[in-house]
Amino acid sequence: MLLAEELRHSFGAVRALDDVSFSVQPGQTLAVFGPNGAGKTTLLKVLAGLIQPQHGRAQVDGGRRAIGWIGHQPQLYGQLTVRENLRFWSSLYDAQPPGDLLTRLGLEEHADRPVRALSRGLVQRVAIARALVHDPTVLLLDEPFTGLDRIAAEALSRLLARHAAAGRATVLVTHNVEEGTGLATHVAFMRAGRFVHFAPRAGRGPEQVGEDYRNAIA
Amino acid sequence: MRSPNLLRHAWAVASKDLLVEFRSRTAILSVAVFVVLVLVVFNFGRDPTAVSNLDLAPSILWVTFTFAAILALNRAFQLELENHALEGLLLAPIDRSSIYLGKLIANLVFVATIELIGVPLLALFFNVLVLPYLAPLIAVIVLATVGFVAVGTLFSAMTVRTRFAELLLPVLLLPFMIPPLSWAVLATGRLLAGRPLSEIAGWLNMLAVYDIVFVTLAVMLFPATVNE
Repeated sequence: MLLAEELRHSFGAVRALDDVSFSVQPGQTLAVFGPNGAGKTTLLKVLAGLIQPQHGRAQVDGGRRAIGWIGHQPQLYGQLTVRENLRFWSSLYDAQPPGDLLTRLGLEEHADRPVRALSRGLVQRVAIARALVHDPTVLLLDEPFTGLDRIAAEALSRLLARHAAAGRATVLVTHNVEEGTGLATHVAFMRAGRFVHFAPRAGRGPEQVGEDYRNAIA
Repeated sequence: MRSPNLLRHAWAVASKDLLVEFRSRTAILSVAVFVVLVLVVFNFGRDPTAVSNLDLAPSILWVTFTFAAILALNRAFQLELENHALEGLLLAPIDRSSIYLGKLIANLVFVATIELIGVPLLALFFNVLVLPYLAPLIAVIVLATVGFVAVGTLFSAMTVRTRFAELLLPVLLLPFMIPPLSWAVLATGRLLAGRPLSEIAGWLNMLAVYDIVFVTLAVMLFPATVNE
């Protein structure tokens, strides 16, 4: 479903990706943990096709149409309402937003408010809705829990669990081991552009993954 | 199937940009005020005994339109930097040329709105007859505007992620604006002076060729300019 082969990419002297290879199968969720500057966001951008790697290849079944992206920034227009934003983004995918999308994310009562008038947490929820307007089969998530309150974070976790249960793939990058572990079927640790650990989670909880992470990154 | 999708996605981008502008109205209002101010200042600053209205009006008209267009072009891709929406556009499964065409359409509507304000004001302040030559004047304005807005939209995409975007855009654009502006000023001058249409046919042809060449080039080059 998603394949990365020998990815290498540098920004000047900084090597952001250094021989990264992995695959994610339907129903799997790969959580990539790493400190700031480890190359996590670059990896997601290469997978999404936003950056052409200098070496290697990334392939997502279904191409760009199959990808849903939630990043640091919500990719929304502040002057437009929630509904107008979703309508615009879905039109680019020639899709109709799922009827219950706003309800699932608790956004129904905010649908006709401009995005600029919403709180940070609500904006992040709209960003999640934007990523799901075309019913993607592969989700690429860059620190998706940033700015979410507990209720919204739980709603996102449920949504991601349902996504995986439907046989779809997810790659989630974060520096927060606590929030990513519960969703993951596979875990990778990234340091200086390299995967220093990549294995199934195999029943490890956040504490165990956290300890393995500290040992691998130290 | 490519063309209908290309045009549909381009229209989606353009109508979104226009809706955003309609909601905020900041750019259109500031540019409209700028146009009125320039025309008023030139009107009171000129010496009618030294230079005739007919000699001065075409240059002033096009200076005003040029500055107004640069203000519009500067904001075209700035909008996409807010919340990194440009990344979302690049992620979407659309031909990237449709983003360019959408921006071009929105910029043309924006500049045309300014021109709709500018032409009657010019006629009023400079006491020049516009109505008898309205159709050919519209042709000159449309052809010249499409040319420099097409190039400007491409350069706006190229410079938006640089630190000095607002400075770089006019500097890069200037050499490309000189030909269509020169032809437009000359053609407008002849029109307002009541000269026969055959005198401006050559300039209209040159403007049309310029538009075809640069719109085609910009559509082809745009995808490469937005790659990270």
